Amino acid sequence: MDLAIKLIVFLPLVAAAIAGLFCRVIGARPAQIVTCAALLIAAALSVLVFVKIGFGPEKLIVVKLFSWMESGTLDIAWALRVDTLTAVMLIVVTGVSSMVHIYSIGYMEEDPSIPRFMAYLSLFTFFMLMLVTADNLVQLFFGWEGVGLASYLLIGFWYDKPSANAAAMKAFIVNRVGDFGFALGIFAVWMLSGSVGFEEIFGKAPQMAQMRIQFLGMDLPALETACLLLFVGAMGKSAQLGLHTWLPDAMEGPTPVSALIHAATMVTAGVFMVCRLSPLFELAPTASMVVTLIGAATAFFAATVGLTQFDIKRVVAYSTCSQLGYMFFACGVGGYSAAMFHLTTHAFFKALLFLGSGSVIHCLHHEQDMRKMGGVREKAPQTFILMWIGTLALSGIGVPFILGNGLGFAGFYSKDIMLESAFGVHTTVGQIAFWLGVIAAFMTAFYSTRLMFMTFYGKYRGDHHTWDHAHESPLVMMIPLYVLGIGAAFSGLVGYDWFVGHDWKAFWGNSLAVKATEEVLHHAHEVPLWVKLLPLVCAIAGIALSYYYYVVHTDMPERTVKRFPGLHALFYNKWYFDELYDAVFVKPSLAIGRFLWKKGDGATIDGLGPDNVAARAQDMAGMLMRFQSGYLYHYAFVMLVGVAGLVTYFMLSAR
Amino acid sequence: MILQALAFYVFAAITVAAAAMVVVSRNPVYSVLFLILAFFNAAGLFLLIGAEFIAMILVIVYVGAVAVLFLFVVMMLDINLTELREGFLDYFPVGALIGAVLFAELLLGVGIIGAGSTTVADLNAHGAQVMAIDNTRAIGRVLYTQYFYLFQVAGLVLLVAMIGAIVLTLRSRPGVRRQKAAEQINRTKEQSITVVKVPTRGGV
Amino acid sequence: MTIGLGHYLTVAAVLFTMGILGIFLNRKNVIVILMCVELMLLAVNINLVAFSVFQGNVVGQVFALLVLTVAAAEAAIGLAILVVYFRNRGTIEVEDINTMKG
Repeated sequence: MDLAIKLIVFLPLVAAAIAGLFCRVIGARPAQIVTCAALLIAAALSVLVFVKIGFGPEKLIVVKLFSWMESGTLDIAWALRVDTLTAVMLIVVTGVSSMVHIYSIGYMEEDPSIPRFMAYLSLFTFFMLMLVTADNLVQLFFGWEGVGLASYLLIGFWYDKPSANAAAMKAFIVNRVGDFGFALGIFAVWMLSGSVGFEEIFGKAPQMAQMRIQFLGMDLPALETACLLLFVGAMGKSAQLGLHTWLPDAMEGPTPVSALIHAATMVTAGVFMVCRLSPLFELAPTASMVVTLIGAATAFFAATVGLTQFDIKRVVAYSTCSQLGYMFFACGVGGYSAAMFHLTTHAFFKALLFLGSGSVIHCLHHEQDMRKMGGVREKAPQTFILMWIGTLALSGIGVPFILGNGLGFAGFYSKDIMLESAFGVHTTVGQIAFWLGVIAAFMTAFYSTRLMFMTFYGKYRGDHHTWDHAHESPLVMMIPLYVLGIGAAFSGLVGYDWFVGHDWKAFWGNSLAVKATEEVLHHAHEVPLWVKLLPLVCAIAGIALSYYYYVVHTDMPERTVKRFPGLHALFYNKWYFDELYDAVFVKPSLAIGRFLWKKGDGATIDGLGPDNVAARAQDMAGMLMRFQSGYLYHYAFVMLVGVAGLVTYFMLSAR
Repeated sequence: MILQALAFYVFAAITVAAAAMVVVSRNPVYSVLFLILAFFNAAGLFLLIGAEFIAMILVIVYVGAVAVLFLFVVMMLDINLTELREGFLDYFPVGALIGAVLFAELLLGVGIIGAGSTTVADLNAHGAQVMAIDNTRAIGRVLYTQYFYLFQVAGLVLLVAMIGAIVLTLRSRPGVRRQKAAEQINRTKEQSITVVKVPTRGGV
Repeated sequence: MTIGLGHYLTVAAVLFTMGILGIFLNRKNVIVILMCVELMLLAVNINLVAFSVFQGNVVGQVFALLVLTVAAAEAAIGLAILVVYFRNRGTIEVEDINTMKG
């Protein structure tokens, strides 16, 4: 088992190294084969580990590798911690990653830098695996930073596109802001507990909750502050409101990248982190409240923006942002297992949606604007069906109450349990979260089906030449879609009991905060009937309205836009967050930078330093030049002065 | 005594005045003539002090050769009578200051100011001892015996100077025909006469 | 008053200083410079002879003789150079001699 865990984590790294460093030697096809094989082996081993840990008696395995830092009281080792939470993430990460690797063989086949792409994908997978198997905060941070780096490399993969480079930089910089908060949180935790390892921190959590800390001149409750700072990191990585601006622009990267990183894995690292640190968060009610509010706000905000976008990938990106908001507010109210459940199902259907969109884009020869699509279901029927599965899963469609827990697609189970948790805790923030979540569910259903109707139904609105050449994607791209489709359809049904149902304790063990989870799930299952049915009703209403708008009366969208121009502008322009940040942060930073460059560096340092010295040397040379006049009498005069001086000196010194 | 003092002052005054005029006068020929005057009066000073050989040598060599050479060159070169350039007065304060400093130091250095000085009478008393041999003979006694080497070297210096002056200024003018006597004498019959068969009634 | 060593030395000092002033106050032509050099040498000669008589040692006068020799040689060479310079440049004004400017 130890060997399996080590292989899971390090095989992708080895594959990345081979594909990346030896790409010239081995070529494109072997690079693809090596990386896909490594990932598939890792995925198979992950299933093994998941079965052993999730369904077996032994709930925690720690594999110590070697020591990293030993400095005074700071003792950090490289260790792989595998409990149920980790095992779930391992399945998600390796599963989706292996599917994306296989899909990329087909999607990127015309790209000139295939080995580099495969290497980056595997490298990212390694860092993500490092993150989820971390035994201490610093190792987690290592993986955290690593996935940020891989994200930068992959978003800017087509580096000759300036927009791609800008998007990559934006992603990295916004992430950095979050990472700064995260680092401060790690420092605070260390200050409070004297350790960064999870075992020690969780052991000392009750004492930490009593401490107070001085921060920015204020006397604050220590654990709350630490958790808030850690959450800032999660905000950055998971694109929550405030640090979300990078996610839509990250769609500049190839579609497999969007599927892997910005749907299933990297953005869920924030959720994972909060769940991993759930023993701390359950003792920090204020921080949890903040998490809930921000999560709910993000869910609502992203859904509103997703209503208006025309780029197919951007719609799915905002949908991701919104679903992450759901996960966070679930964490905030204490429903960590519900959040993890949704994380898992979301990974499947969101990756499916992204890869399906990629298939459509590939089919229409890199057309991404939905206004130029339509009627694609004739040309790509398999993609059409799979996309419907994903959309229904996202909207949370199912039939409740039959067969015990109901029968539906994956999102049906996970979304409902999250909303029930929010309602069940009976706090103000929980109520706010619930209602925002319900409205967002309505909007989610609307825009997801809008995407389907605009893309696959109606008449084709684009270029005829493209239409003639449009075809279904090759088998190598369809197989991952099928696998993910199966997951999107059945993962909710299969996993419900284990994740959030009767058997949750046996499944999760101690990996999540036990007390909080117990309480929340207990309340969630006791909510009134209307609460359980409301999300489904909203989803169906959303689908119906979308059908009306985009299939029956296709002039309705335009008329609505004309009726509410201000509101539409607000949603379409992403609530002007980018413009706000540009004015408040970007332009002043550039101005400061320019000032420091021109005035500080140029005028002051260069001016007083090398330039000045050079200019003074020239001046002195100019002055000295006048001594060499060429006139004899000048020379004689100088000699005379010299002689007089010497004689004076000797006369005076002889005295 | 008084005559000696008077003679000294007259000679000294004229020397100094002549030196000043050398620098100041406009016409370079006048400058040279004033230089000659300065030399003569310096010779007079030497006579007063009892070094008559040096005095005469001064007149013969300095005046008769060097100053005359100056005159030759001045008159040979086409020198314009120039105005006194403005630069003179610009530098004069500074230069005078430096000159005054140097002058003061010269006097200080020798300890003249404030110190007693020996009189010519003393000098003459000294000189009387060597007066038994006159000045020329005294110099001769030393020059050809102890300082013979220096004497020869002085001659060499003069030789080199002479050669140097000739080398510098000698130029051969182009287009001037000269006789090359050696060639003329060594001409053979074949070089000078050619026998040509001339047909009757024809030319050469 | 009786004329002593000091008086002669003073005269020599004056002549020397004048020679020096003449070198760099002169703006007319190069010959004046050469003449000022002669003046300085003359001053030196006066000094030498005065000291020689004062000490009763004739070596000073021998030295003065040699100085005279060298002065003559130097005047000759200097004037030769001047003549050649004049041939090449056509002028012997001091202000025009500045090709060493730099």
